[in-house]
Amino acid sequence: MADAYPELQEAVRQAAAQGRALAIRAGGSKDFYGGETRGERLDVNALRGIVAYEPRELVLTAKAATPLAEIEALLAEQGQMLAFEPPHYGAAATLGGTLACGFSGPRRAYAGAARDFVLGLSLIDGRGEHLHFGGRVMKNVAGYDVSRFAVGSLGVLGVFTEISLKVLPRPRHEITLQFEMDEARAIEALNRWARQPLPLSAGSFHEGLLAVRLSGAESALHAARAQLGGEVLEHGAEFWRRLKEHDTPFFAQAPLWRLALPGTTPPLDLPGRQWLEWGGGLRWVATDMSAAEIFAAAQARGGHATLFRGAGAQRFQALAPALLSLHRRLKAAFDPAGIFNRGRLYPDF
Amino acid sequence: MDAAPPDLSAVMAALAQVMPRANLLSDPEDTRPFEADGLTAYRRTPWLVALPESEEQVAAALRICHRLGVPVVPRGAGTGLAAGALPGEGAVLLVLSKLNRILGVDPLAGTARLEPGVRNLAISEAAAPYGLYYAPDPSSQIACSIGGNVAENSGGVHCLKYGLTTHNLLKLRLVTMEGEILDIGSLAPDSPGFDLLALITGSEGLLGVVTEITVELLPRPLRAQVVLAAFDDVEKAGAAVGDIIAAGIIPAGLEMMDAPAIQAAEAFVHAGYPLDAAAILLVEVDGTNEEVSEDILTVRRLLLQSGATEVHSAEDEETRRRFWAGRKNAFPAVGRLSPDYYCMDGTIPRAQLPHVLHRIGELSAHYGLRVANVFHAGDGNLHPLILYDANRPGELERAEAFGADILALCVAVGGAITGEHGVGVEKIKAMCVQYAPAALEKFHAVKAAFDPAGLLNPGKAVPELHRCAEWGAMHVHQGALPHPELPRF
Ligand SMILES: Cc1cc2nc3c(=O)[nH]c(=O)nc-3n(C[C@@H](O)[C@H](O)[C@@H](O)COP(=O)(O)OP(=O)(O)OC[C@H]3O[C@@H](n4cnc5c(N)ncnc54)[C@H](O)[C@@H]3O)c2cc1C
Ligand SMILES: Cc1cc2nc3c(=O)[nH]c(=O)nc-3n(C[C@H](O)[C@H](O)[C@H](O)COP(=O)(O)OP(=O)(O)OC[C@H]3O[C@@H](n4cnc5c(N)ncnc54)[C@H](O)[C@@H]3O)c2cc1C
Repeated sequence: MADAYPELQEAVRQAAAQGRALAIRAGGSKDFYGGETRGERLDVNALRGIVAYEPRELVLTAKAATPLAEIEALLAEQGQMLAFEPPHYGAAATLGGTLACGFSGPRRAYAGAARDFVLGLSLIDGRGEHLHFGGRVMKNVAGYDVSRFAVGSLGVLGVFTEISLKVLPRPRHEITLQFEMDEARAIEALNRWARQPLPLSAGSFHEGLLAVRLSGAESALHAARAQLGGEVLEHGAEFWRRLKEHDTPFFAQAPLWRLALPGTTPPLDLPGRQWLEWGGGLRWVATDMSAAEIFAAAQARGGHATLFRGAGAQRFQALAPALLSLHRRLKAAFDPAGIFNRGRLYPDF
Repeated sequence: MDAAPPDLSAVMAALAQVMPRANLLSDPEDTRPFEADGLTAYRRTPWLVALPESEEQVAAALRICHRLGVPVVPRGAGTGLAAGALPGEGAVLLVLSKLNRILGVDPLAGTARLEPGVRNLAISEAAAPYGLYYAPDPSSQIACSIGGNVAENSGGVHCLKYGLTTHNLLKLRLVTMEGEILDIGSLAPDSPGFDLLALITGSEGLLGVVTEITVELLPRPLRAQVVLAAFDDVEKAGAAVGDIIAAGIIPAGLEMMDAPAIQAAEAFVHAGYPLDAAAILLVEVDGTNEEVSEDILTVRRLLLQSGATEVHSAEDEETRRRFWAGRKNAFPAVGRLSPDYYCMDGTIPRAQLPHVLHRIGELSAHYGLRVANVFHAGDGNLHPLILYDANRPGELERAEAFGADILALCVAVGGAITGEHGVGVEKIKAMCVQYAPAALEKFHAVKAAFDPAGLLNPGKAVPELHRCAEWGAMHVHQGALPHPELPRF
């Protein structure tokens, strides 16, 4: 069970009493993501440190502002990893910030999303109460699953203090195969292969090149390679790292849109440049199209768009009216005075 | 507000406007089959049973009940083990079993769209022609419904590798108590806003009625092979589990049974289990042909190093089926040993297994009731089966007290009161042990955001705070029971 954080709790209580908005900040540079946050800075960097790590239990518990790099280094010593392969977007990335944003990396489509690996979460709510949900065990269905629900909420429900995660062994071997083909065929191949017992762990398509990563026993990779063909990409690990971290000129373009779509969606006939990931479910689009046009394009295909980088008032796909009012009621259940991260997720809360 | 409860005939007449009269049952003769779920120690003859045939009828029925102030209890196949679908007093039991169509399987996308009454096993059967299957496989899979699985966040013997229900869902349609239809999640990854899919999965029918589910289908592994290992000591078996995981292998299934469970299963299905073992482990690895060959060798070596007295690999599909049959039939097998049994569902950090089993043994002696242990060892989910005879005065109460002690023990070692069966009515007191009052209050606030009138499955899953005080149930804080110096039994 997590410690109490009397100063933080008191700061929240006072802000709530006075109706003052608080902007939760850790590493403080995922500021590019989400709407502009109104309010006075609430520095949570004191929430740092690994609380418990039991490799044999596959469970790690850390305070929310623990740097991701520190966690990953510790896991690597034991041959383990965060299987959702979170992007850091810089050295200051923290676990809490990453989960607040709900970010997952290339392995997402094959191993699961950030929320899938959350076992327990403690947070300080808008009344300054320190609450504990879930736990440090693999299974816990007592009470509503608030721990997973809070992932991706961009800090608007409360200040995360401690998080327990399921961790996994690192794959014994990885190789990356590359194929020249057009986008329609690449999308079809990614989907077809994903429905076969192949050890896929990442997929990418950009400008005529399809790349897939295979992870597992060496013998299994040999067999899969024989089945799939393609060329082995020499520096595969570096390729996926740069893609994950947006460390290529493509991702420096703004505005940059992130379209989440059903994985079988055919090539998008939209102006601008694109990069496809996640077996077809994620399409990065650098385009000058208007926000209204791109939101409509995503919705028409059964997905949603996010203005990932660049200037713009509306950054997230609008919710249906019934869902938006449910979001408002849930927000009020956690943060009745509406003090946390005003404007970050939706303009009016 | 009118204080008088609405009378049966008025509710019946209103509901008959929106669904066939024949689908409304109130004669005890007809409603008695619905008096209990799988936990038959709790029963109540339903006031009124409604069997809608479409989402439209569900929504219309809920609107009517909301307007009349009538509580509603959703029910799937009624295999739940926590009395979650126990009929309420003066409540409509909304049975979803007629919504049982498979709406579509998309083999390229790897998805299936289902009505809530579809049986769990029917999903994998429909997916089989495409080489796909639905991974969560509760032992009740021939009977339980996917709607019930979503409501309970059910698991199975393959959870450690393939996850619970919550990890295998893409999209739901949910009807609120007010009759509003919500689309939750989508076929695209990471829906905008809060993760409502996570919140609704495992919400035990308290937040809304699930009317449509889209699940993810996985490719059938090319090969799966199971190894059976016997141990003369439960502790060694527990340590072997950690050794396998530490070696970087995530088995598709990793189950443990203790001596009473082994003997019961062997007598029932002749699975080929060694009768003199103190514990057995079933370790299944799956993947490509090459991977399985490698992993089986490693697993065998590790099991022998950890002190297994016998290790058998199932060399053919028939032996594999037989090894699993013993485990999957463990509950009914134990049921043959005793007129009644009470199945617990606590979870613990795996390292605590020897301590917890030892303590359960002590409790068994104290209460004078036998116990058999079946354990999802890979993910720390313990199913002690307490044997009792309801016809002997006081035995049910003793079994319940024994069970409550086991759950408090699970919480005290850092675990939880339920890993997959849910809280329902049965474990509502234990919720006061696991959660502090502030967290329970937050659960009530979440409920109110979906169902402000509090009419959907009331009295289940989350206890009223004042009830915790009345029951004298104590929140276990910082891994310690209050007053550790006092004997706990
Ligand atoms: C183009 C680009 C430029 C960059 N430039 C720099 C740079 O110049 N310097 C640099 O250091 N890094 C830079 N980075 C990296 C950067 O984004 C950081 O890695 C990252 O530190 C963000 O920190 P964080 O994880 O602490 O998230 P934060 O940005 O602090 O927070 C992200 C979100 O999570 C919420 N949040 C954070 N902690 C909690 C919590 N405990 N509870 C609830 N909500 C919480 C916040 O309110 C916010 O909504 C850059 C990245 C990119 C992509
Ligand atoms: C022999 C046996 C073995 C079992 N093995 C396992 C196992 O291995 N793993 C496991 O996890 N469970 C197991 N169970 C428990 C049980 O099968 C599961 O909890 C199952 O998911 C219940 O499904 P059901 O359709 O029978 O639901 P019901 O019992 O009818 O209902 C369960 C709960 O869900 C709610 N509900 C049902 N349908 C809906 C809906 N459409 N919308 C909203 N709420 C709804 C009900 O109100 C109730 O609270 C076992 C049970 C038995 C009898």
